[in-house]
Amino acid sequence: MATATTLPYRRVYVWELPVRVFHWVNAISIVLLAVTGFLIGWPQTIWMSDEPYQQYWFGWVRFIHFAAGYIFFFNLLFRVYWSFVGNEYARWSSYIPHRKEQFLNAWETLKVDILQTKEKGKISVGHNYLAALTYLGLFFVMLFQVVTGFGLYAGMSDAWLPWLFAWIVPLMGGDAWVRQWHHIAMWAFVVFTVIHVYLSFYHDVVEGRGTISAIVGGWKFERDDEFDK
Amino acid sequence: MENQVPSIWGAMKAKGYSRREFMYFCGVAIAAAGLERSGFGQVVNAFETKPRPPVVWLHFQECTCCSESFIRSSHPIVADVIFDTLSLDYTETLQAAAGTQAEKSLKDTMEKNKGKYILLVEGSVPLLEDGICCTIGGRSALEILKEAAADAAAIVAWGNCASHGCIQAAKPNPTQATPISKLIKKPVINVPGCPPIAEVMTGVVTHLLIFGKPPELDSRGRPKEFYSRRVHDTCYRRPFYDAGLFVENWDDDAARKGYCLYKMGCKGPTTYNACAVTKWNQGLGYPIQAGHGCIGCSEEAFWDQGLYERLPKFPGFGIESTADTVGRTATVVTAAGVGLHAIMSSIRKRKVIEENMDESVNINPPKPGSAMPADSVDEGGDAS
Ligand code: HEM
Ligand code: HEM
Ligand code: SF4
Ligand code: SF4
Repeated sequence: MATATTLPYRRVYVWELPVRVFHWVNAISIVLLAVTGFLIGWPQTIWMSDEPYQQYWFGWVRFIHFAAGYIFFFNLLFRVYWSFVGNEYARWSSYIPHRKEQFLNAWETLKVDILQTKEKGKISVGHNYLAALTYLGLFFVMLFQVVTGFGLYAGMSDAWLPWLFAWIVPLMGGDAWVRQWHHIAMWAFVVFTVIHVYLSFYHDVVEGRGTISAIVGGWKFERDDEFDK
Repeated sequence: MENQVPSIWGAMKAKGYSRREFMYFCGVAIAAAGLERSGFGQVVNAFETKPRPPVVWLHFQECTCCSESFIRSSHPIVADVIFDTLSLDYTETLQAAAGTQAEKSLKDTMEKNKGKYILLVEGSVPLLEDGICCTIGGRSALEILKEAAADAAAIVAWGNCASHGCIQAAKPNPTQATPISKLIKKPVINVPGCPPIAEVMTGVVTHLLIFGKPPELDSRGRPKEFYSRRVHDTCYRRPFYDAGLFVENWDDDAARKGYCLYKMGCKGPTTYNACAVTKWNQGLGYPIQAGHGCIGCSEEAFWDQGLYERLPKFPGFGIESTADTVGRTATVVTAAGVGLHAIMSSIRKRKVIEENMDESVNINPPKPGSAMPADSVDEGGDAS
């Protein structure tokens, strides 16, 4: 029974199914890649008592890393494609800042979220532009991981796909240096994940528009009067 | 057709080698160059008829370990014949001539054999202040190299120095030591290693002798023959790597059992060389077999990677920091920031959340007259 102050909300279908599938395949493969990558960087000794013919666990860790690497790459390619055919929230134009209001919104978000001033303008239905900017940045880190990862993989694979990226190795001065930077970039994902997961929950709590459930079911809720702004 | 430059067979004959020894040499040469048996006739033919190419071997910023390696080839006859039959017309460390006489011999060789001689270069070239850091006979290494390279039929860069700059190019590279492939426009055969394996060196020279052209090279100018696989791919300790069995300490049980040296900083996984196959010192062994990790001596900037560290140090964050120190710090700082933000928000955003609550539909309006907890905020609007 609505009272006078209860405001009507509208339901918006923000994240289409392909975007949601992309998100979770991406998130899971990145977590797998980071965990296996970290182990490749500094393997933990377990089952020390067994002889090599009895175990192959490090081989499996590497296998998971490479398999997840392929999935991660094709998933990313798919998302790039979808940014041309998907809805307005998924489009490339909402990630690449090219309009003044995008910068204004990013600045506004910084003020509201970090300095914690009161929200003045319209809350964006899709990403806020600050988030969009970090996704854009992360996209380049992802590309970097793909190039360096497959570049390294070319040294131990006969498949043609990794060889497309073999040029990065001489450019960076050898496998060792490619591995160094590939390893450093892993930390970008760790730092991103901490902030990203926290902020998703934060927005869900503070704005009460179903931010978290949106990335599962696709729906967000928007105050009626927001549409008039 | 005995011209003044005899064929290899001609030169061997003159030195008293028998035909049988010549055939043996051809067989070994085939193996050294990594050819198939069916190429035998071609090799014999080449060595019988082609004039043996004169060789100029230049030494710049180096330690002569490449030369030392070369003369220890496991097939004495190859080294012997190559030294005897290649007309090593100029090589500072082995030639008899000295001073102006030596310089004249170099000039003569290059003039007489324009476009025919093989140029082997050991050492990097310093560029600092017009190359003042390395001069021979009053001329800079750069000058000598450019002149010698101009009319060479093929150019080989011996060792890490000539291929990548080696230790003199390690940070901060005080003399601006530069690999020769960056200084001359012609194709250069890079044969990196500190030193390169003797059999790899004789293999490359033999290939040049037989075919008169470079072997197949990879994108970094290295003969694919010897540098297409990593030490790690052919290492006999590899099963321990795949099983996740690592040496953690130089004198632990795992070290005694011969486990993988990855965590002790072995660079085998990033080093392209033939060590684990060809081995060193007449096939006796290679460093990992002796219990020491690969230091990556055939790779670019291997001195800057650290010989015993799994990952290179990360510059700019203190001497001991690695990528992980930097990453961990960043993560901890971020987590602390997030925690702080959560605390701040729960205070400063309280009002926003309360407003949201006020706007919401209350599906359970309290019954009139029932007691309401003072801090209950889940009703939409004033119930009374
Ligand atoms: C989010 C993406 C990724 C992360 C966080 C990641 C992380 C890592 C880390 C930390 C290492 C260890 C590096 C070292 O310490 O030397 C590594 C190694 C490696 N990664 Fe990735 N990686 C990612 C994507 C990829 C992709 C897409 C590929 C492509 C197949 C790939 C292929 C490799 C290879 C070949 C190695 C070297 C493994 C070895 O030689 O055993 N990575 N990765
Ligand atoms: C519990 C875990 C996670 C939750 C609850 C979550 C939630 C979300 C939400 C709600 C969005 C929409 C963001 C917006 O409105 O601006 C989103 C987008 C995104 N998330 Fe996550 N996320 C999680 C884990 C991850 C991880 C681990 C990664 C990768 C490191 C990741 C990468 C992304 C990316 C790249 C986008 C943009 C997607 C696009 O626009 O196509 N997420 N996430
Ligand atoms: S010892 Fe070195 S080269 Fe051999 S398997 Fe281990 S890491 Fe690879
Ligand atoms: S094992 Fe490594 S460091 Fe040792 S000689 Fe071979 S390439 Fe050089």
